[in-house]
Amino acid sequence: MFTSCTDPSTLDGLNWLACYLTTGKHVLFYKSFFVVLTLLAVTAPLALGVGFLGAVVSRSKHAPLRWIGTLYTSMVRGVPDIVFFLFVPLAMDQGFEWVRHKTLCRDWSEPIRQGNDFLVCSAAKLPLGSAPQSVHEIYGFALAVLAFAVVFGAFAANVLAGAMKAVPRAQMETAEAYGMSPRQSFWRIMVPQMWIYALPGLSNLWMVLIKATPLLFLLGVEDIVYWARELGGAKTSHFTYPHPDWRLWYFLGLLVFYLGFTKLSEIVLARITTRLSRGQATMAGEQMRKDT
Amino acid sequence: MSCLQTISDYAFRSIGYGPRLLPKSDITLCEQVTLIGSGMLWNIYFGVLALAFGFIFATALAVAKNSPSPWLRKPSEWFIFLFRGSPLFIQFFLAYELFVQLPKTGIDIFGLTLETGNLTRAWAGALVVLFLNTAAYSAEIFYGALRAIPKGDIEAADAYGMMGWTRFRRITWPTMLRLAWPAYTNEAIFLFHATALVFFSGFPAWQQKGDALYYASYFAEKTFNPFVPYPIVAGYFVLLIIIVIAIFGLINIRLNRHLPSTRRPKLRIRPQILR
Repeated sequence: MFTSCTDPSTLDGLNWLACYLTTGKHVLFYKSFFVVLTLLAVTAPLALGVGFLGAVVSRSKHAPLRWIGTLYTSMVRGVPDIVFFLFVPLAMDQGFEWVRHKTLCRDWSEPIRQGNDFLVCSAAKLPLGSAPQSVHEIYGFALAVLAFAVVFGAFAANVLAGAMKAVPRAQMETAEAYGMSPRQSFWRIMVPQMWIYALPGLSNLWMVLIKATPLLFLLGVEDIVYWARELGGAKTSHFTYPHPDWRLWYFLGLLVFYLGFTKLSEIVLARITTRLSRGQATMAGEQMRKDT
Repeated sequence: MSCLQTISDYAFRSIGYGPRLLPKSDITLCEQVTLIGSGMLWNIYFGVLALAFGFIFATALAVAKNSPSPWLRKPSEWFIFLFRGSPLFIQFFLAYELFVQLPKTGIDIFGLTLETGNLTRAWAGALVVLFLNTAAYSAEIFYGALRAIPKGDIEAADAYGMMGWTRFRRITWPTMLRLAWPAYTNEAIFLFHATALVFFSGFPAWQQKGDALYYASYFAEKTFNPFVPYPIVAGYFVLLIIIVIAIFGLINIRLNRHLPSTRRPKLRIRPQILR
């Protein structure tokens, strides 16, 4: 990057370090932090949407729907999330390819599962064998996002269902007394009011989501854990920048990144809580009303 | 090979008894169920020991965090922040790299030699990380409960002339546990879930002795069919969690035995707050 970095073997001390930290691979490492942030930015709204749907379904009037919703929301309580992270991407991948195989290659007669193999026609492969590397990477990332959305959607559904139950019954009764239909009272009364009850659970969920992001590494995405291991490993003198095993320092860096991130989130969430408490029929809201 | 034969071969494979080689081809359902169940031994081992040690340490940490003296409060606040603010996955990696760098021969502290060789193995190293991690999370729960102890309870103890250790043992600590128990049950569940991470996070599975998820992912890789091993693992975990909830429920009844049964707080199986 710097002109002085052309011959690293002549450098020492801070100059060497400055050059070392700006190599091409390190730039990729820094970019992988954005992969993590992108994952958070995409997953959080998606999981919230899935969770909202799950909460509505688990409160449905129709029993079979309700059972499905309850099964979905309670599965994350019993099974470790990492099982889903390993299962969902693989299962989704095979599911997509199976559907494509059935629609695209109708004249294929051999079974898809042959012993230990999963064979689909080449037109059904996802992504196509001819696709460039970047498509493969985006597809892998999308599968990871799906896995996160499934798991955190279930957590969010738990939180939102609880929040819907927590909206004071009197509010809903008043809505009914005004002649609102169930749909109207749900959208106009319950949904606007439930967020303050959902907020403690959702903030907690956000923290859990942040702390689940390093699991991306297990899904084969080149994330910060991947690069920390890659860059930190001992480099012999064959490399331009030889150094002993520095993985400890790289992971220490990641630790500091996550500590800072969770601390920052904590501060922001505390502000949002104050903001949302305004005008609510809760203790905090009442306190604010008296103060002003 | 009959299923009974498989069970007797592989039931304790995860702790080193049984054939050296794992099944490679023509994997049967029985082999998957047996080996994954065998791996559950590790999940139970990690979970139970980390909870037991963590419980004691968490109580100490919570009391320290509640102490007026900054010399006690600050270190425990920092400890709790460090372990609750960072991902367990990173903690595992970091601890493993740290343990690898320790001198192989052990560390001398005041003439005592601390054994360090085992710390690079999962059974000791991962247990240490899980222990510290659950201690931090539990300490935060216990601290919240300590702050929530009704003022009247403490005043009543004072009126009876109870002070210091007696008051803590008879009034403060039991009340703290009572208040914290539903949240602590939740923490225990998530700790058992966290044990599934051990063999995916730096700690090598020596001679393919791994936990339930390690074997499940082995099978998923070999058969390329995720729809069998992962549901098996899920089933085992659901079973384990049901047992955990049952045991914690019994303790909850015991903790609240002085209350009339209608006023006993129920364990909420779906709490809003996770770890």
